[in-house]
Amino acid sequence: MIELDCRGQRCPLPVIELARSIGSVEIGGVVRILADDPAAAVDIPAWCRMRGHEYAGSPAAATYDVKRLA
Amino acid sequence: MPLHPAGREALLAALEDGWADPQRLYSQARRARQLLDAARGFFSDFLGVPASQVTFTANGTAAVQAAVLGALAARRRFGATLVHSTIEHSSVLHCAAQHVRGGGKAVPVGVDRLGRIDLDEWTETVKEPGVALAALISASHEVGTVQPVELAADACGEVPLLVDASMSAGLGEVPGKWSYLTASARKWGGPAGVGVLAIRKGARWVSPWPDGAREADLPSVVAAAAALHAVREEAAEQAKRLSALIDRIRVGVARNVPDVEVVGDPVDRLPHLVTFSCLYVDGEALLHALDRRGFAVSSGSSCTSSTLQPSHVLAAMGALTHGNIRICLHRDTLESDVDRFLAELPGIVRELRAEVGM
Repeated sequence: MIELDCRGQRCPLPVIELARSIGSVEIGGVVRILADDPAAAVDIPAWCRMRGHEYAGSPAAATYDVKRLA
Repeated sequence: MPLHPAGREALLAALEDGWADPQRLYSQARRARQLLDAARGFFSDFLGVPASQVTFTANGTAAVQAAVLGALAARRRFGATLVHSTIEHSSVLHCAAQHVRGGGKAVPVGVDRLGRIDLDEWTETVKEPGVALAALISASHEVGTVQPVELAADACGEVPLLVDASMSAGLGEVPGKWSYLTASARKWGGPAGVGVLAIRKGARWVSPWPDGAREADLPSVVAAAAALHAVREEAAEQAKRLSALIDRIRVGVARNVPDVEVVGDPVDRLPHLVTFSCLYVDGEALLHALDRRGFAVSSGSSCTSSTLQPSHVLAAMGALTHGNIRICLHRDTLESDVDRFLAELPGIVRELRAEVGM
């Protein structure tokens, strides 16, 4: 798992970071994003849906896990 | 939406002819009273309530506040719960928040991916004991999805329903089943400073304002009625024309812009409104780029909001909130405007993405 610290960044920057980093984990691997912009809570699951990855939930406040599917 | 020419004409005429206080008895005041009565009569016919049940307020938000607070106060002995959809206009949500701060209860009911109310959840929620009022917007002002108001009203049974029909009053279909209806004149090409509140005979309501509260500015009320009258005269034709243009935007944006999400119900929607979101794009930058090219659009992205919160409607639907653009067409929108928009948008989005390396 890799972790991206996007705290303090405004959307769409955390989603852009996520898109850039998803290729650096194996298929089935997880990227964890730390993002405190309120839009991230909606936009990270939406990105997963649009790009065909799995949103693996929010294990803690301002923390989002994404599983690479393709 | 720009002021409809018929509204502008009526506004100017009423400034000349309706300047007096309609509560006075001299000739000019009686003339002002006639103009006000005619406007009230129009809304009475349009909404199917007696003229005495139509109130004009200073804007749409004030109409919603009067409806929600007045209904909750009058129905206190039935309970203190306000049920509302998660995609209500912010004026309803702000009333709900105040109601909760004052010791009341508010229960939001969610929507699906298209922005349609979850009818099962709605039905269960309004049947709970202690529900004083339920509120459902007729069609989302942000994404255009039309709500199944008839079914939601049937589910309400004895619980009165407030419908904010601001977006439907002009070019849409105004639902028939409600106890309270609110609307904002600016949404149909009327002046900004007029809200309308209609209350069905028999629906409990007390004014939440102290005695002596005055109605909206009289010339603006006259203009609001004249604009709506004119809009409804041409509504069938305009709705058909604009709906075809919205279809063209929905299809064209999805086809020509990669990584875009066109939001809302593609079929059961307002004829003149569309919303979409572009991945990796800053909504404010997109809005300004379009503005520079002469397109006046809105956005539900957090960066364009004074609170830095994304649109609660997009969030409730789980739709992408950044890179969001909302387009509202009107009678002056030309087919060539839409063609130019569709021609220029892909390049604008490409440039904005290139700036962030995407």
